[in-house]
Amino acid sequence: MPDIFERKTRETRGEWIITRLIQAAGYSSILFVLMIFYFLIANGMPVLGEIRFSDLFSTIWYPIENYYGILPLILGSLVVTLGAALVGVPIGILTAVYISEIAPSWAKEVLKPLIEILAGIPSVVLGFLGILVLSPFLRESLNLPTGLTALAGSLLLGAIAIPTIVSISEDALNTVPKSYREAALALGTTRWQTIWGVTLPAARSGILMAVMLGIGRSIGETMTVMMVTGNAPVMPKSLGVLFAPIRTMTATIASEMGEVAGGSPHYHVLFFIGIILFLITLGVNVMASRIAFRTRKRSEQVLS
Amino acid sequence: MGVVKQFILLGLILLLAACQAGEGSTSTPAAASMYIENKGSDTMVNLALAWAERYQQLHPEVSLSVTGGGSGTGIAALVNNTVGIANASRKIKQEEINEAEANGITPVEFTVARDAIGIIVNHENPIDELTLQQLADIFTGRIDNWAELGGQDLEIVRLSRETNSGTHVYFLETVIRLGSKENHDIFSRDTLLLPSSEGIITEVRDNPHAIGYDGLGYITAEVKVIAVAKDANSPYILPSVDTVNDKSYPIARDLYMYTPGVPSPAVKAYIEWIQSSDGQQLVRELGFVPITP
Repeated sequence: MPDIFERKTRETRGEWIITRLIQAAGYSSILFVLMIFYFLIANGMPVLGEIRFSDLFSTIWYPIENYYGILPLILGSLVVTLGAALVGVPIGILTAVYISEIAPSWAKEVLKPLIEILAGIPSVVLGFLGILVLSPFLRESLNLPTGLTALAGSLLLGAIAIPTIVSISEDALNTVPKSYREAALALGTTRWQTIWGVTLPAARSGILMAVMLGIGRSIGETMTVMMVTGNAPVMPKSLGVLFAPIRTMTATIASEMGEVAGGSPHYHVLFFIGIILFLITLGVNVMASRIAFRTRKRSEQVLS
Repeated sequence: MGVVKQFILLGLILLLAACQAGEGSTSTPAAASMYIENKGSDTMVNLALAWAERYQQLHPEVSLSVTGGGSGTGIAALVNNTVGIANASRKIKQEEINEAEANGITPVEFTVARDAIGIIVNHENPIDELTLQQLADIFTGRIDNWAELGGQDLEIVRLSRETNSGTHVYFLETVIRLGSKENHDIFSRDTLLLPSSEGIITEVRDNPHAIGYDGLGYITAEVKVIAVAKDANSPYILPSVDTVNDKSYPIARDLYMYTPGVPSPAVKAYIEWIQSSDGQQLVRELGFVPITP
């Protein structure tokens, strides 16, 4: 008997250590986010004392001559991301519907790994394809002065967002109970009516979350947009800007951070852009997780 | 064990790790004296690599590491004393010298080669020659269509290197502002800022709308080089070794190496070798212009 007791205490001690380790790992991610945020704030906020607010939110970005207007960069990122959503969301959701609802099992087995491969393509490779193939194609087929445009960035970012949207939407569709579909089919609806009227609405929150995470993925993407969007800090005036070069926040930070002198206003502005980017992605992620939370609450209500 | 305690523990671990890393990095430069770190100008990076490669064959005891990143990056590293030799395609600025001196470093300058910026267009473009004033008008956006210069009726697409490139700054000062300090013109805002020389060559090769500029060493036969005149009364000159050395080509400059303080014997020997006819032979091979004919 005492033997068993001893083993038990040893086991609990081992478990205690493992639990603490896991706990520390969990807390560390909070710590890291806080430390990153502190770092951004500490390096980005001084800009408010160095550059007048009206100059900061003006329309000319040419930092080597002290023009620090970040509006074209913010709008540039938004335009490219919006374009990416227009490309990636329909294709992503339709692919997920096809894989989850329509495809025969052999097609599923081919498509799913292929989409995972798409997720694994390094963004610099996509950018390379963009320069050599996509941008000349866009220039010739749309008769544009140059193919290095927001559109090229949007198409490639759409491709980057698709795997995220597909895999999360597909998970959401798979969690819709089979009985829903059976009930709908029993009522005499066609397969299309079932998908459109029953399965998709039931998985709506999961799909919205997929869209949000896909958008979050594309707004933070750097290498591809830096290579294909032309990086001209033009102030977008209309939707026609999709067919013109544009400069995003991420490309600006990536291409200028290496050169800038530490502690200069330019350095602080780049961190300030980082704060804005951080807040935008944070907002998108919070929205995504609130949608997920709402689903859980609603399904609990249905069950009770 | 409370959450707070765990946080403190974690903090201590991170702090210790940071201290260790800090110590490690400060002790390395002193340990390996035959190791030379060479960093800076992207214009010069291929040249610097060729020098390093040849020099290491001749002197196996010397180990050289070459990285690019732009002249500003190299000089910033010089100011922070994290580099043995900084490459720059522009002269060091007074404010950078001040920053270096605040860190106890006196930058020493060596001219190691010359470079010319070539103006390039697509082979389909009928324009062959431009004046500096016309180039300034094109790149500031005052001229927006090739037809205004007697070319095809095509919108002009302007290509430039990123603002962190020494070539960008040099072009801004020499062409857009025509060398005048009072002139505060800047690039037209729809100028495409491409992160690499290859990106510019690729776009000009494919696009009849495009005009770009790049170091002579990077220009390939895939694009057409424009002859440039200082003003309307001067002859139009194509960039070449001869026209740069006799100073008739208007967009040419010297390339520099900077050392933090008086160079160590190993660094000094390396730079002297670069300036010798042996080193300058490589300059010629890579499409730059040697400092001694």
